[in-house]
Amino acid sequence: MKILVPIKRVPDPTQKAKLKDGHIDLAGASWIVNTFDEYAVETALRLLENGEGPTRIAGSEIVVVSLAPEDAGKEIRNCLAMGADRAIHVVASDAELDSLAVVKVLAAIIAAEKPDVVVMGKQAVDGDANQVGQMLAGKLGWPQATFAASIETDAAAKSLLVGREVDGGVEFKRVPVPAVVTVDLRIVSAHAVKNGVTPATHAYGGDGARLPSLKGIMASKKKPYEQKKLADYGVGAPVIKETVVTLPPPRAAGQLVADVSTLVKKLADEAKAL
Amino acid sequence: MGNILAFCEFQDAALRISALSNIAFARTAAAAHGGEVIALLVGAGAQAASAGAAKYAGKVIVVEDGALPHYLAETYAPIVARLAKENGATVVTATATALGKDLIPRVAALLDAGMASDIKEMKGTKEFVRPILAGNAYSTVEITTPIVCVTVRQSEFESAAELGAAGAVTTAAAGTVDALGATFEKLDATKSDRPDLGDAKVVVAGGRGMKNGENFKVLEQLADLLGAAMGASRAATDAGMVPADWQVGQTGKIVAPNLYFAVAISGAIQHLAGMKGSKTIVAINKNKDEPIFQVADYGLVMEWEKAVPELISEIKKLKATR
Ligand SMILES: Cc1cc2nc3c(=O)[nH]c(=O)nc-3n(C[C@H](O)[C@H](O)[C@H](O)COP(=O)(O)OP(=O)(O)OC[C@H]3O[C@@H](n4cnc5c(N)ncnc54)[C@H](O)[C@@H]3O)c2cc1C
Ligand SMILES: Nc1ncnc2c1ncn2[C@@H]1O[C@H](COP(=O)(O)O)[C@@H](O)[C@H]1O
Repeated sequence: MKILVPIKRVPDPTQKAKLKDGHIDLAGASWIVNTFDEYAVETALRLLENGEGPTRIAGSEIVVVSLAPEDAGKEIRNCLAMGADRAIHVVASDAELDSLAVVKVLAAIIAAEKPDVVVMGKQAVDGDANQVGQMLAGKLGWPQATFAASIETDAAAKSLLVGREVDGGVEFKRVPVPAVVTVDLRIVSAHAVKNGVTPATHAYGGDGARLPSLKGIMASKKKPYEQKKLADYGVGAPVIKETVVTLPPPRAAGQLVADVSTLVKKLADEAKAL
Repeated sequence: MGNILAFCEFQDAALRISALSNIAFARTAAAAHGGEVIALLVGAGAQAASAGAAKYAGKVIVVEDGALPHYLAETYAPIVARLAKENGATVVTATATALGKDLIPRVAALLDAGMASDIKEMKGTKEFVRPILAGNAYSTVEITTPIVCVTVRQSEFESAAELGAAGAVTTAAAGTVDALGATFEKLDATKSDRPDLGDAKVVVAGGRGMKNGENFKVLEQLADLLGAAMGASRAATDAGMVPADWQVGQTGKIVAPNLYFAVAISGAIQHLAGMKGSKTIVAINKNKDEPIFQVADYGLVMEWEKAVPELISEIKKLKATR
């Protein structure tokens, strides 16, 4: 099975948002791979591991693709260090991109690469748009399984049974490949991902995505890393433009209360909330 | 001139409460675009819900077909896109529920439309304000495509009121339905008699400090006393203490009730993103240095084991005096 994972680098969410000239000031920001995309890489690895070793199923491949500025190499290589095989880096600045442009480029790369599955994050935690995966599936005319909390491939890897987190529970949807899957947080829990050869007893240890090992980091330096230009894909000017960013007003300071009866009194009389 | 196609979810022959926020936005957009609000109901039960929908929209389009037994993005998106074109829509909108978020971007791709997700406000005709960076900033975006797609954040739009006169209901054909091989297998439903998280006036949420699912029962007692919905932090949902769809936050549900109780929740930015729009926030936590106290209107530094049972009995006493 061949899996393509689109990844975005995002400013470290623990940094405080500051503005410059009416937009987010990213000078001096530190960057991470969007957490959901890191989870997507982890998911792809688990889909292609036999669950015992974990060693990779023969003939499988994971390609990571990112549209990002020139200096995003470190974050992209981090995914190779986790275990992805190959990277395609389409150099582009944020100002040149919107969701439709990202989708057009990804669709062109997918047409050339012909992966069986595209696994990606449900949402980039900078823009919080939650749209690229669904748009990409629509553009490709592929089925989609969004907000995946679990994935199971059938023995022949021709279809995926995806547990989707929806309002009111978990929906199970089956999609044939090729398909687009977007992952939710719970996808990295111990039993969430199974392929045709994963033993029933198997569970991944711990929660979260794996950290690159030292060996993985060394190996990542020699893995194929292809750099492309946005112009290679004939993408026009963005149709979505950010005109201005503002910061929300801070919440007024609250108060500590000494005991439960004071709390209830204040909620009733002062806040009129009870 | 352009119409507003409002995709509306329904349940039990009525619009969902969350759909009324979508209608509220659609009315504002219709005024700005000089067109009318068209409510679109698709799928099993759409016909039965249409009279209820007509109380809120001047025009209602119903698409019900045996080939659409369950919602699937693959079958619904082409219908929405086609009806947007046939009805001169310049805006296609839905509430940013799990379904709305799954569907509308796919519609946008079919229409080559620019999309603004989870908006809080509209400016002009194609300019929208939306929270970014876990709600730590508001980004205003301008979209230049002829049709634009949006999803609206329920907590930012008051439910629309009923119209004076009922709107006109028409039906439309589903056309060729092709699920592209996708099938709905089952829904493992989280059963509850409590209000939906997004609709609730009061939310009681617990975090990792609750330690296990059994302990959440005491929070549920509090919730039932107040007619509240239950919420949780990611840590509590990930640990399997409570269902995943209780998660409040940047990547869970965004809520803004009158009253929000955060019990044994530390207040990570991702959690705050989902609840800091609440009118009154109460934090109960044993550690006074936690960030949750920075957004709480009322903070109680106490173990929940002691605080919550006391709270229940004090509220019962208060209720008895009324
Ligand atoms: C990509 C991404 C997305 C995320 N999205 C979300 C999201 O949508 N929603 C969300 O909530 N989180 C989200 N998170 C996780 C978030 O960063 C925090 O890890 C999480 O919110 C912590 O949950 P918590 O407050 O329950 O747990 P903790 O941070 O462990 O806090 C537990 C609290 O319980 C208190 N406590 C312990 N025992 C007691 C007691 N007996 N009585 C009273 N208090 C007690 C402690 O003092 C502590 O404050 C996300 C993280 C990532 C990386
Ligand atoms: N610039 C980009 N390069 C590669 N993938 C991206 C990019 N932007 C978004 N994506 C993918 O789309 C997903 C959803 O992003 P969004 O719709 O922007 O919230 C992310 O988790 C990524 O997998």
